[in-house]
Amino acid sequence: MIKALVRFKKGILDENPIFSQAIALCPVLAVTTTVNNGIGLGVATLSVLFASAMVVCFIRRFISDRVRIPCFIVISATFTTVVQLLMEAFLPALNDSLGIFIPLIVVNCLILARMESFAAKNPPLTVAFDSLGMGLGFTLALTLIGAVREVMGFGTVFGITVIPEAIPRNILMILPPGGFFVLGFLIVGLRALKRKGA
Amino acid sequence: MEVVLVFVSAALVNNFVLSRSLGICPFIGVSKRLDTSLGMGLAVTLVMAFASAITHIVYNGILVPLGLEFLHIIAFVLITACLVQVVEMYLKKNAPNLYKALGIFLPLITTNCAVLGALLLNIELFSGSIVLAMVHAVGAAAGFTLALVLFSGIRERLNYSPVPKLFEGVPIAMIVAGLMSIAFLGFTGMINL
Repeated sequence: MIKALVRFKKGILDENPIFSQAIALCPVLAVTTTVNNGIGLGVATLSVLFASAMVVCFIRRFISDRVRIPCFIVISATFTTVVQLLMEAFLPALNDSLGIFIPLIVVNCLILARMESFAAKNPPLTVAFDSLGMGLGFTLALTLIGAVREVMGFGTVFGITVIPEAIPRNILMILPPGGFFVLGFLIVGLRALKRKGA
Repeated sequence: MEVVLVFVSAALVNNFVLSRSLGICPFIGVSKRLDTSLGMGLAVTLVMAFASAITHIVYNGILVPLGLEFLHIIAFVLITACLVQVVEMYLKKNAPNLYKALGIFLPLITTNCAVLGALLLNIELFSGSIVLAMVHAVGAAAGFTLALVLFSGIRERLNYSPVPKLFEGVPIAMIVAGLMSIAFLGFTGMINL
């Protein structure tokens, strides 16, 4: 149980998929123009990751080692399809603004990496906490980047204005270059914090 | 004429890496040397061209008539995976040096979001014509290669530059990519498809 909780914390902090491992960056840069998009894609990815990791964990005994990667991909593709159909039905607006990045969850390196390096080798409880931790870490990172870009680009958070109209918006922040810059500087900031703490 | 427009639009105006933010992982991971970036770009181009033709046929010939469109994600990923396997075997036999240099990033083309992204955009934009779909995919791959090669050139120079300790590695790469992305913003509005 304790080991499971350690994994949970690691996923969010020490081994944060975005800020420490720098994997799965495509959706991070593309959709994080607002907080809502960030949370939406984060939770969608979290659900696919959790469900796929649990399935891999339970059926790994029946998967031959040679074909494990194709099997993993089919499993995550299945859950991605489920998530996409659910979002189309219940959250059409969010589905439209995330566009092709919902189906692209299937090729999210984070999900394959967790299935291959963790879910295929560890007991179910640890796997559950590991995937939840990694998923939450991913969601938090997306939310943070989304918040920074929304505040600087639109002057709003969750669509509510937080910066007076008189201050000009920096439109660059919500264009593709802004994603690169914000992520780069956030990593630097977190490194500086870590160094101070250590 | 339309063929040229689609190609230029996919390669420059909507550059996959710098404007659509697709295929960032190999962009950051592989592009440390010029020659490997070029090899990677060629491998991706091959996979993308064939994959877009095959997915076009499968989607319009099998999935749509049977009303199974919702299976397109699984179908596309499997087709890409098979093609990557073929390219991998071909390179292993005919270009062993390139095969070694690409290493883990070769099988990872399967999970390169630029490839699947192009296939998904194809059914959104060019479901009517297999030629345009292929041109779009090849253009996208050309843009991907261009971004990768330019970036690796800059990175070779970065190795000799005094980068602040905190910025080493991913952050400086991100900032360089951001600047390149600003340059590519210059193409915006050139072609409206």
